[in-house]
Amino acid sequence: MTDCYLGIDIGSISTKGVIIDDENNIICSSYIETNANPIRAIKNLLKNLKNDFDTTKYHIKNVGTTGSARKLIATMIGAGTVKNEITAHAMGTLSFFPDVRTIIEIGGQDSKIIIIENGVVVDYGMNTLCAAGTGAFLSSQAKRLNLDVKDFGDIALKSNNPAKIAARCTVFAESDLVHKAASGYTTEDIVAGLVQSVASNYLNNVGKGKKIVAPIIFQGGVSKNKGVQRAFEKILGQDIIVSENGHLMGAIGIAIIARKENKDCHFSFDILNNNFATYTKECAKCPNNCEIVCITKNNDLIDSWGNKCENGLI
Amino acid sequence: MIKISFPQLGDYSTPIAYLLTKCIDGEIIKPKPITKKTIDLGCKYAPDSVCIPFKYNLGNFIESLEMGCNYIIQAGGGCRYGYYGEVQEQILKDLNYDFHFINISQNNRITPKSLYKNLKEINPKLHFMKFCYYGLITLLMIEYMDNIDNYIRLNVGFETEEKSFYNLKEKMLKDFSQNTGFISLTKSFFSYKRKFKHLDKKIPKDCLKIGIIGELYTSMEGYSNYYLEKELGKMNVRVKRYTNASYLLYKKKLHFRKMLYVARKYVKYNLGADGLDNVYRTIELIKHGYDGIIHIKPFGCTPEISAIPIIQRVCQDHKCPIMFLSFDYQTSEEGIKTRLEAFYEMIKEKRNVK
Repeated sequence: MTDCYLGIDIGSISTKGVIIDDENNIICSSYIETNANPIRAIKNLLKNLKNDFDTTKYHIKNVGTTGSARKLIATMIGAGTVKNEITAHAMGTLSFFPDVRTIIEIGGQDSKIIIIENGVVVDYGMNTLCAAGTGAFLSSQAKRLNLDVKDFGDIALKSNNPAKIAARCTVFAESDLVHKAASGYTTEDIVAGLVQSVASNYLNNVGKGKKIVAPIIFQGGVSKNKGVQRAFEKILGQDIIVSENGHLMGAIGIAIIARKENKDCHFSFDILNNNFATYTKECAKCPNNCEIVCITKNNDLIDSWGNKCENGLI
Repeated sequence: MIKISFPQLGDYSTPIAYLLTKCIDGEIIKPKPITKKTIDLGCKYAPDSVCIPFKYNLGNFIESLEMGCNYIIQAGGGCRYGYYGEVQEQILKDLNYDFHFINISQNNRITPKSLYKNLKEINPKLHFMKFCYYGLITLLMIEYMDNIDNYIRLNVGFETEEKSFYNLKEKMLKDFSQNTGFISLTKSFFSYKRKFKHLDKKIPKDCLKIGIIGELYTSMEGYSNYYLEKELGKMNVRVKRYTNASYLLYKKKLHFRKMLYVARKYVKYNLGADGLDNVYRTIELIKHGYDGIIHIKPFGCTPEISAIPIIQRVCQDHKCPIMFLSFDYQTSEEGIKTRLEAFYEMIKEKRNVK
């Protein structure tokens, strides 16, 4: 039996899982939509992974989780390692591109920049308060234009004259888009303008004040959009590398961290047979009204969080 | 019957309540600790784009007024905080509350004289010497509290018994407020300082050090920064913070020329509020080998926004990691934890490479 490690990156839009061996080779991977239901997503993900996985040959030694629902999922499947997505992304990318200096990551709800010097993260930034210029913005605009967001990149590349769309704020961008559409711009020009606005929004918010040095790697769901990649290249005047596994980088990173921690969390796919559920309740013991999230496994309470003082203990 | 209240700010309700008890013949209503209800009330009645301390203060006032208070004290200055009093008074009057509003900052400044004049209006029998006596004791109490707080911040992350620092501090604040004069206050300060030093703690030699700089309200009121210092403590980090009441009341003035001199390469004149101070602190923290700096401010804080590019430049020149956090109503707590954790991992990794 060979030891291997499972990494799960559960984001707002998509859920990613990979299993790697001791040499960071990917044994199997899966990429599915979260659909705002992390518990169901994780069950589907594990099912997919189980189908491609040879349980007689490999043994999953440790599990790591990252992404916005990392805590919930870690409690659910008993993961040994829980880490934030910035550390995970840096770790994953560095294992494939040891020379990388800048990581641009645009996901569904958040976007980040990671600056690396000599293989060590020295600075990072993450968008604050606002989802402008992220994948969520692109997919909502795709719906408005009645297009599939997956085709966005190809459509954008067809345009020679991108429409100018205000990049600072999603709401402004949207009213610009409506206006441009009404005044007769072609769909290609509008889509090209949109992807450009995502790139310049990113550089003006998240990338502000950061030294962006090549080699630059672009990852996260939006990196699959060639239009955004081209827009970055144009603005920065540098080549942008998009790796084939770019969307899995967080999961790979957390799997590597799980491997390095040298723990055994006794994971097995039998977890799929359990019935997990969450419920929230509001503590009424003081005016703060903490919202407490409880997670149950086969109707037994296994963990809860969100409570800020002793009064609300469950 | 006078029932007087004031805004909540960290633990400083103890010395403020002490001064008021001694100088005013009436009931002191301590503001309730900030909860979600406080901020909900504040947000409901405050202008939307005003910065978050305004909303906390307003929520405090409404909660106190609901408890039957009829005198409210507000102070502030430096930035637009100096104009908050008037606006808050008008909002509360428009809500049909019947009360007296006392703004002790005049021309954007708080002086002992203006404080005396205002207290005299509430209590005409207040003698100037009595005011001076208790005023000085209050200042000394604040100084002692800040001294202990600095010690706590550096060590609380390493306590072996959970909450031992917190419990001892609660006891200390109670004792401080029951002092009978300079001598008893000083005595209890030294005895508590000893007790804090004797609390069980395990400090590893190579622990990480983080400095917190930024706007004053979010620095001093734990609720408004999602208990940032506590979170850092849990990560076993030594925390240093410059902003506290004793700094704002008198140390700031004494430091002004020194700050301008130390920061001369980056700043040539005062930036307003704590802008210059934060540039100076950045330089000092780097000089003292801190592993990272966290800058906090309410969303839209103008003096800090003008200081940020300068601070970024200082940090770039010295390769010091820095993180900027903006707080507003309903900033995602999970988001802040993620950023903090990533920041911690980053400086830890950086330390390991060194």
